[in-house]
Order: sequence, then C-alpha cells, then structure tokens
Amino acid sequence: MWRDHLTEIIVFSVLFLLVSGMGFVAARWRAPKDMAHLDEWGLGGRNFGGWITWFLVGGDLYTAYTFVAVPALMFGAGAAGFFAVPYTIVIYPLVFLVLCRLWSVSHRHGFVTPADFVRKRFDSPVLALLVAITGIAATMPYIALQLVGIEAVLKTMGVTGESTLARHLPIIVAFAILAAYTYQSGLRAPALIAFVKDTLIYIVILVAVLYLPYKLGGWGEIFDAAEAKFDASPNPNDGITLNADNQLQYVTLAFGSALALFLYPHSITGVLASRNRDVIKRNMSALPAYSLLLGLIALLGFMAIAAGVKPLPGSKEGTVDSNTVVPVLFDQQFPDWFAGVAYAAIGIGALVPAAIMSIAAANLFTRNIYKEYLKRDASPAQEANVSKITSLVVKVGAVACIVFLDPQFSIDLQLIGGVIILQTLPAVALGLYTRWFHRGALIGGWIAGMGLGMWMLYQIPNAATGRRHFGGSAFPLADFGFDTPKTIYVGIVAVLVNLAVAALLTVVLRAAKVRDGGDGTRSDDYFADEGDPRVVPGPRRDADAAPEPVA
Amino acid sequence: MAAPEPEAPAAARSRAKDHSPWNWLLFIPIVVPLIPVFFNADSPRFLGFPRFYWLQLAYILLGVATTTLVYQMTKKRAGTPSDGPGDTAAGDR
Repeated sequence: MWRDHLTEIIVFSVLFLLVSGMGFVAARWRAPKDMAHLDEWGLGGRNFGGWITWFLVGGDLYTAYTFVAVPALMFGAGAAGFFAVPYTIVIYPLVFLVLCRLWSVSHRHGFVTPADFVRKRFDSPVLALLVAITGIAATMPYIALQLVGIEAVLKTMGVTGESTLARHLPIIVAFAILAAYTYQSGLRAPALIAFVKDTLIYIVILVAVLYLPYKLGGWGEIFDAAEAKFDASPNPNDGITLNADNQLQYVTLAFGSALALFLYPHSITGVLASRNRDVIKRNMSALPAYSLLLGLIALLGFMAIAAGVKPLPGSKEGTVDSNTVVPVLFDQQFPDWFAGVAYAAIGIGALVPAAIMSIAAANLFTRNIYKEYLKRDASPAQEANVSKITSLVVKVGAVACIVFLDPQFSIDLQLIGGVIILQTLPAVALGLYTRWFHRGALIGGWIAGMGLGMWMLYQIPNAATGRRHFGGSAFPLADFGFDTPKTIYVGIVAVLVNLAVAALLTVVLRAAKVRDGGDGTRSDDYFADEGDPRVVPGPRRDADAAPEPVA
Repeated sequence: MAAPEPEAPAAARSRAKDHSPWNWLLFIPIVVPLIPVFFNADSPRFLGFPRFYWLQLAYILLGVATTTLVYQMTKKRAGTPSDGPGDTAAGDR
C-alpha cells in the first residue's frame, strides 16, 4: 500500500512540484519582447545554443517511456531489446548533414514544421497535409505513452485506486500542470526542465550501474542469470545474443527506427530551435552520451532478472505489467529516498518529451491545417494563439487515451506510429536533396507505403499476449512466400515500397506530361547559416506574412 | 528579446557548401553497427560483459569519433572561432 512508500512519494512530489514551478518561470527565461509569435512560443526564439539544444533534444528523444520500456523488453526478450543502442548510434551520422540542410532552408523561409517545407518545395498543399496528418497521428500515441511511464512509477509507489477515476487522478493532475505551463511558456518550459530531468537521470543511472552490479555479484553474474532465465524459457527467440532468425529484424528495426526518429515532428522542433548549423553538428557528436546512458538503462532489465524482480500485475487478471520492472527493481534495491529520486527522474522525464510533442503537434495543426485551410491570413499572434490552444487539446486527448482505452492500445498505436512516420521519408528527407520526384508520385508512394505497412502490422500476431493482430513489428518473411523463418521490420519494407512506387510514378507522370508543381526554394537556401542576410533569428523575419512592427 | 548574438559578424561566409570528401567517413558508423556477425557472440567477455554488449556500447565511441572528425575537418575556416565559449556542446564529448 502507499503508506509503505511514503518517503518515495514525498521525494517524488517535491521534485515534481519544483520543476513545475520552473516550467512557469521559463516564460521569462531568455524572454522575448513579444511572446505572441510561433517562433517564440513554438521554437523558443530559434536561438538555442549548444548546451540547451543538447539537453532539449536529448530530453526529447530519450523519453520516459524508453527508459521504462527498453529494460522491460530486455527483461522479457533479452538481446532483441538492445536494438535501441545501434539505433541511437546510427541515427547521428545518418542525419548529420540532412538536418543542417533542413535547418538552413527552414530558417530562410520561416518554416516551423516539416510539412511547411514540403508545401514550399513541392508546391503541394495536399502532400503537406498528408505529412502533417501523419505527423500528428504518429505523435499523439507517443504522448499517451509518456503517461504509461508515469503510471508505472505511481503504481509501484502504491498510488492507485479501485475506480477508474481514482486510479488516474494523479496523472490527470500532473498533465493539467504540464498543460498549464506549456501553454504559458511554450518550448522554453521543456528546455529549462530538461536540465533538471537529465541531471537526475544521469545521477540515478550512474549510481545504479555502479552499485547494483556490486550488490548482485558483478556483471558476469548478471549476464549469467539472464542467460539461465532465457535458456529455461520455451520462447526460441529470447536469449542474451541473437539467433539466426531475428538478426535481420534486429538490424532492420535499428536502421528503420533511426530513419524514423528525425522525421517525428518533435525531433524536428528541437533541431529547428537551435541557433545555427554548428550547434546541430556539434550535437550530433555530443548526443550519443545519451545512447550510452540508454545502453546502461537497457541492462537494468538484466539486473532485474538477477535480482529476482517480479513485475506488478497488469490491468487484467493473470497478466503482468512488465513496465514496472525498473521501478520495482529500484524499490527493492535502494533506500526509499533514492528510489524517490529515481521515480522523479522518470516522472519528470515524461514531462519534457510530452511538452515538446504537444507543441510539435500543435504547430503542425496551426501551420498546415489552420493556416492552410481555415484562415489564410492568420497573423503571427493568431498562429501562436491557435497553437497554444491546440497543445491543450492534444494533451486532453492523450489523457483520454490512457483513461478510457486500454494502455495496450497506445502501445499499438505507437508501434504503428513508427511505421507511418517513415512514410514521410521520401517527401521530407529525400526532398531536402532532390526535387526529382513528382508531387503526385510522392502522394502515390505515401498511399502505397501506408497501405502495405498497415496490412503487415495487422497480420502479426503476438503469442505472448494472445493477440492476433498488431502484435509487434517483426514480420515473418514466410508470409511473403519466402521459405525462411526470418523476420523483418515492417517499416523498412513499407518505406522501400513507398520509394519504388514514388520513383515509378514519377517516370510515368513525367512521360504523360502531367503538370508538376514548382519549387519555392533555391539551392543556396540549403547552405544558409546564422548571419546570412536572409536568416534572422526571432520574430522579425517572416517569409509570407507582413513583417512584425519590431525594430 | 531574442536579440541576435553580437558574435555573428561572418555574414558573407555563410555560403559554405556541404560537399567534402570527409563526409564519406560518416558511412562507417552507419554500416558497421548494423553487421551482426561482428557483435553477435558471447565471447570474449570484457569486464563480465558478453561481446554482444560491450562491442555495441563501444560503437558509440566509433560514432562520436567519426562525427567529431568530420565536423572538425569540414567546419568553416579562417577566423571563425565557431561560437562563444560556455554555450558550446564541445565539452560534452
């Protein structure tokens, strides 16, 4: 019961309230003269330096859910869960140059979202709308998942109740606070809170990876305990190394997830908020510090095996909530006050990405739906206002997902989210390099990739949970008629088909002389840097609308 | 307000192109971590870690070293001492 966890609850609450206070104060941090502009509210003035960007993007990409779910996956499946490490290594060299181009062209033209770029590059409101909707659909469940992270912690502390409302009340309160300070401070709030969050996470994990192996008899013992557990289990695909059948899945999942990561609107929001290209490039070298952290966190799953952790029961009879593995491990192995700090790190760790994601989704709605279709002549102040209100709506939606739907539904949606966001790759990422694709062909490719991805996900059962559809992202190649037990990541197949269709249709449409849109960007837009006459930070620059009356 | 930093005089030099042979090095940390034969084994162990784990964690260093090298070799030369101190992520490595 919760009385046994009183110290933890007090430490957790104090830290949580402290950062909430910071969130409100953040509006005055590096304060602009005029907050009523999307560049200020939604991108923090486009002026973050190296350190802030490092904390912000790090806090954004490595979410609370990751910190809870990756060790849970290691606990359950072993080596396959370690894909998060190669995934977060490959990502940075992969996007090292791409993001700089995106930054430059976005600053020249005042783009706030990836769909803004697609709109201008391909002169196609329809394609931009598809990119925006894809982004919003992929982000929403991701926000809901952050709540799953907090819930795992609250559950371990015994803060739970019989009725639906009592069980979810703490989360509703936490999200109400989050919504209020995001509304007020915009991107400055998560940027400031990220400092606290990441400092806490680093301390907790360093202590854990030094102290726990010492207590559990050393790393060798920990891996041996994990191996013994997987040897005893009937599942052929678990173990502390991969087998012949799941290697392809492992590398395609790592690579596909890396391709998808910087297509997510919230990652792009973090990158566009940085001050210049150098900040981005230096961060590509500095952000892997978080990957090391993630690798160590993943191994907490094995430590939980060695420590004999039993996860708490799930929402239904007879199931277990494997997301509680890490919280229970901390509860068992550490003094109460330190477990409280660890829980606060996870809880606050959920707030940072949730805030950024809701801002990113709100910006997509404002720029690519509201301004495009509802109010063409919206002023920057109106844009900022619509975004602020949308961010509230998005959070209410996320809470509703958790309260009224099975949390498993959010997990499924997030799985789908990774696959669908990949379908914007040809338009957004390749679009930064080439205007060769016909805009109609990109739409065709998107439809093909989406359709195939959904069909493949639908076909995948999950033996462990007894579900027949949407049971995972590993698609058996045998279903394509290949005579092999190997599996592959759905997203990769879908995006390859997407690309093939887009290329083929481009050739066909060109041959048929179907009209293509223009290109609103110039080649030197992609190299512009801070100090360029046409790149001005802050709200003075505006590509389309009337400039602000600011000196 | 979000005034531009005073340290941005190099307006004209911002036209630097992306192209550099050094960029090809970026393929190494993209390809190497995705080859399972290198890391998918238990032995040799290092500090108790099976090869699967220590080698993949070591790839982080490979990634950091490569991106740092490419950044240093391709950054704008001639009197642009990158940014002001204190606000750079260079010390994070």
